[in-house]
Amino acid sequence: MSIISPGFGGRRRSSRPDLPPGQYLTHDFPVLSAGPTPRVPLDRWSFTVTDELGQKTSWNWEEFNALPQEEFTVDIHCVTKWSKLGTTWKGVALDTIFENLESSADYTMVHSYGGYTTNVPVEDLLDGKAWIVHTFDGEPLHPEHGGPARLLVPHLYFWKSAKWVNGLQMIPQDEPGFWEEAGYHMYGDPWREQRYQGD
Amino acid sequence: MARLTWRAATVAEARWETASARTLVLDVPGWPGHLAGQHVDVRLTAPDGYQAQRSYSIASSWREGGRVELTVQRVEDGEVSSYLADVLETSQQVELRGPVGGWFVWRPASTAPVLLVAGGSGVVPLMAMIRARGDVRGRQPFRLIYSVRTPEDVLYADELRRHVRDDPGLDVHFVYTRKAPEGWREPPGRIGVATLNSHGWPPDFAPDVYVCGPTAFVETAADILVALGHDSRKIRTERFGGTA
Amino acid sequence: MSSEVDGNALGGDLAEIFAVDLTGAAVTCGGCKTVSAVAALLVWGPAPGLVARCPECEDVVLRLVRAPGQAWLDLRGAVSVRIPLPAPE
Repeated sequence: MSIISPGFGGRRRSSRPDLPPGQYLTHDFPVLSAGPTPRVPLDRWSFTVTDELGQKTSWNWEEFNALPQEEFTVDIHCVTKWSKLGTTWKGVALDTIFENLESSADYTMVHSYGGYTTNVPVEDLLDGKAWIVHTFDGEPLHPEHGGPARLLVPHLYFWKSAKWVNGLQMIPQDEPGFWEEAGYHMYGDPWREQRYQGD
Repeated sequence: MARLTWRAATVAEARWETASARTLVLDVPGWPGHLAGQHVDVRLTAPDGYQAQRSYSIASSWREGGRVELTVQRVEDGEVSSYLADVLETSQQVELRGPVGGWFVWRPASTAPVLLVAGGSGVVPLMAMIRARGDVRGRQPFRLIYSVRTPEDVLYADELRRHVRDDPGLDVHFVYTRKAPEGWREPPGRIGVATLNSHGWPPDFAPDVYVCGPTAFVETAADILVALGHDSRKIRTERFGGTA
Repeated sequence: MSSEVDGNALGGDLAEIFAVDLTGAAVTCGGCKTVSAVAALLVWGPAPGLVARCPECEDVVLRLVRAPGQAWLDLRGAVSVRIPLPAPE
């Protein structure tokens, strides 16, 4: 049994029925990090898709910005129980990235500068469900929040939206990434509250 | 030693040390005692079930049947520190887990000279060491170098003066980073080679060194100490991120 | 963002799992083989989990995830952990 502290509210937050189970609403943008923030100069930035045969397709910053850009507003849900509604981003849909790629793999391992990884099924990246974003709220994405560019898969818990993203590897079978190896759920659907293995 | 569990701690007393730091004197039934330098985890639960947990160094030395004292520095926007500093009242309870840590500790049986280097509220676990030495009338050569923004930010100022007067072999040197007292011999500034060289112990004495403070302070002080010739294995550090 | 705390802050969660204090244990980094005290590791977290990195090369040495009723401790980044024990009588 925990001792309840009357008058302890914690950070500004409230729970609402339209949020996924166990989530609280937040208005700030908490920064969670598993390591030092990589500083990636734009002239060295690249994003590379590696297929299951090892063939690579890369975009540098200029090429990436020349792809069709989308601006959209979504809700995000962090496994540490905060949700943030109506966040506005700009970037490239994964549908665009995958347009001319041949692959029969069903899963991807997402890679980031700094060594972070996370696994996402291919079908969760397609049909307007995921983007590589570089702009948040009209401003270039701050390095603390994953700039120059991060993955955004808003229908899954936010650890899947890898910061400082630099590539996708197509894999035939699902494999755990950085947090999935250490107890977090392989899929991470906030509406089914898939926080930890076994949830 | 058994595995740790959460215990109920009751606030027996509270006192302000500065305008932004408050000491909580806690009654913890069944407390097994602690070593100077150890810390505790404090857990708060809001009425809606939201929980937050932080680590705090223990400020007090341990005497049989005694209490556990924590000094909490209020941090801007700190959800736990502002509750502990400003809201929690005597006779109320919090959950506490400890004592924790067996590395950043000083044992009264140790005979080596000791150099304590504090940045801001990093003085708290080092104060526990000075208190523990005072309790046993220790004769180990002890020096504290205490870096602090202004004279008004000094924790335990009166008690430190008493220890310097009454405990043989203890010196305290202040480094003021923003504002020094009237007539102070150095202009305000960050801790540097000269201070650690002239107010620390020479490396030949092979002192046990304890450095505690914010990350940048700890790294600066530890780098200087190593450059001065101190054995890095004798330098123990504890960083805190301005515990929110 | 740099690490704000160090391995001293792992002590509570580790002591909830193990009956010996591990902050004084010597851990060998699997990347650069540097030996450091667990207390001297650089720690990020606490959420989603605690990530402890080698103070020399910043490789991940230890990961600790706490969930209600269970904990995951991942030590694959460590070659070994040497734990001081009381000397025999």
